[in-house]
Amino acid sequence: MKILVTVKRVPDPNAAIKVKPDGTGIDTTNLKYVVNPFDEIAVEEALRIKEKGGGAEVVLVSVGDKVASEQLRTGLAMGADRAILVLAPADLDSLGVARIFHKLATDEKADLVLMGKQAIDDDSNQTGQMLAALLGWPQATFASKAESLDSEAEKNSQPGIQLSGGTAKVMREVDGGLETLECPLPAVITVDLRLNTPRYASLPGIMKARKKELKEIAADSLGVDIAPQTKILKLSPPPKRQAGRTVESVQELVQVLHNEAKAI
Amino acid sequence: MGNVLVFAEHHAQKVLKTTQVAIAAGKDAAAKSGGECQAVVLGSGVDAVANEVAEYGVKVYVVDDAALANYTADAHAAALAQVVNEKGAATLVAAATAVGKDLLPRVAALLGAGMASDVMAFNADGSLERPMYAGNAIATVSITSAQKVVSVRTTAFDPAAKGGSKGAVEKVAAGIDADSKKTKFVSFNEVKSDRPVLTEASIIVSGGRALKSGENFKTVLEPLVDALGAAMGASRAAVDAGFVPNDLQVGQTGKVVAPALYIAVGISGAIQHLAGMKDSKIIVAINKDAEAPIFQVADYGLVADLFKAVPEMTEEVKKLK
Repeated sequence: MKILVTVKRVPDPNAAIKVKPDGTGIDTTNLKYVVNPFDEIAVEEALRIKEKGGGAEVVLVSVGDKVASEQLRTGLAMGADRAILVLAPADLDSLGVARIFHKLATDEKADLVLMGKQAIDDDSNQTGQMLAALLGWPQATFASKAESLDSEAEKNSQPGIQLSGGTAKVMREVDGGLETLECPLPAVITVDLRLNTPRYASLPGIMKARKKELKEIAADSLGVDIAPQTKILKLSPPPKRQAGRTVESVQELVQVLHNEAKAI
Repeated sequence: MGNVLVFAEHHAQKVLKTTQVAIAAGKDAAAKSGGECQAVVLGSGVDAVANEVAEYGVKVYVVDDAALANYTADAHAAALAQVVNEKGAATLVAAATAVGKDLLPRVAALLGAGMASDVMAFNADGSLERPMYAGNAIATVSITSAQKVVSVRTTAFDPAAKGGSKGAVEKVAAGIDADSKKTKFVSFNEVKSDRPVLTEASIIVSGGRALKSGENFKTVLEPLVDALGAAMGASRAAVDAGFVPNDLQVGQTGKVVAPALYIAVGISGAIQHLAGMKDSKIIVAINKDAEAPIFQVADYGLVADLFKAVPEMTEEVKKLK
């Protein structure tokens, strides 16, 4: 069993993001970068599947700049076995990234690809579904689980995705409830927030990660068409809401909502 | 110029409000590109749905096939890509619902087309506006491939109304290959509620971590929610703490909402929450901490202990009725 897990380098979700005045991008001065939080959940799920037995190998894959090796090291420190970084230009779009992962998943003969449901920088929520289409594999997006993150199962680090007899059973977060589906492996599964709470890398884990294999490959050596089909022309700051006012009491609040705003 | 094809999502034989939004967006896109807006309905036994969609004044293609009885991405994507190619649509549009988000990128990859997610506006020059970085930046993007795939933000367009001359309904053969039928739908556990659906409610009351427990959501927040006939939402912090299920989460990673009135109770206003509600018409914040960022987007702010203020507000609202 081989599990490929994607790891994207993204700005810290708690950082204040500001658009540069010339609209060419965001201001990256002093910006801290982390593993995309959804990808972190995917790494955790892969490790739980591995730890449950069956001898899975967990391979991390990333596409981007050389500095993305920092995030791959983080994933290796959590417990992944090895990592592959595809060095590629920054203007790649989701389809280009999916085509690179398609090549990697094929070359690696992966049985399962686990990914975050979206990256918190471009917020596109596309790459996993695109990859599944290119591979001709079934997909299960927004994997979640019924138990809360405070449950016993979670404390015991049980995987939420059930694998047995070459089939994955996945509970998905959809509008209005939870859907369960089954698909044969190989498959692409993207994960939502409530699937698990990712572990922290331990100190021994961090030490071990330094010695684990992290292979760098140039994108143009893969023979994959990654010419972007979408282009960002410019970025603008979002429109600001006008400042409101403070009310002194609940009575005043209900009165203004009723009489002035006519909202209730 | 090319035609726009709208994927018309339906559930339990009903056309969803989000589908009306997608039709409105599709008509807008077609008007700007000089093409025609058409729709496509996929499913099994969906003649009534197709006829209803046609009442919005659009031509409707229907793929009626047993393999489409339950929604699965692989079968739906195969059928949808085929309709796009066969009917020569230049742009495929759907609402960015759970189904739209799951389905459209798969279709885009089958077509080899570029895709833009969560689009808020179609510009006259063919470019699109979409949020990035949890709504902290608005990107103007262009799709350069001949075929284009676009999911639209459900709060960004007013739902289309029925009217105009009813469109024709045309059946299209599916031809879904065996490889696209690998996924098996097992079950759907609907969260039953007498309250309005979060993404369709005109009033939303959301609670944050300051509620302290799931029990307090029930005893403190819910009476206000029900007195207002509102839907209940929550911040990610409250969801992560296990107070309420994730389907109530409002934010970048949860539901994006824009009701007429949004009341944030005990929510500090993290960037990722604001991204999901700041397009609401009127925002009210109730929070003990006067410095909480939520007050910067609120039209009306009340600095107060929610455990006192919310029950008081419930009583005041009841007096109005």
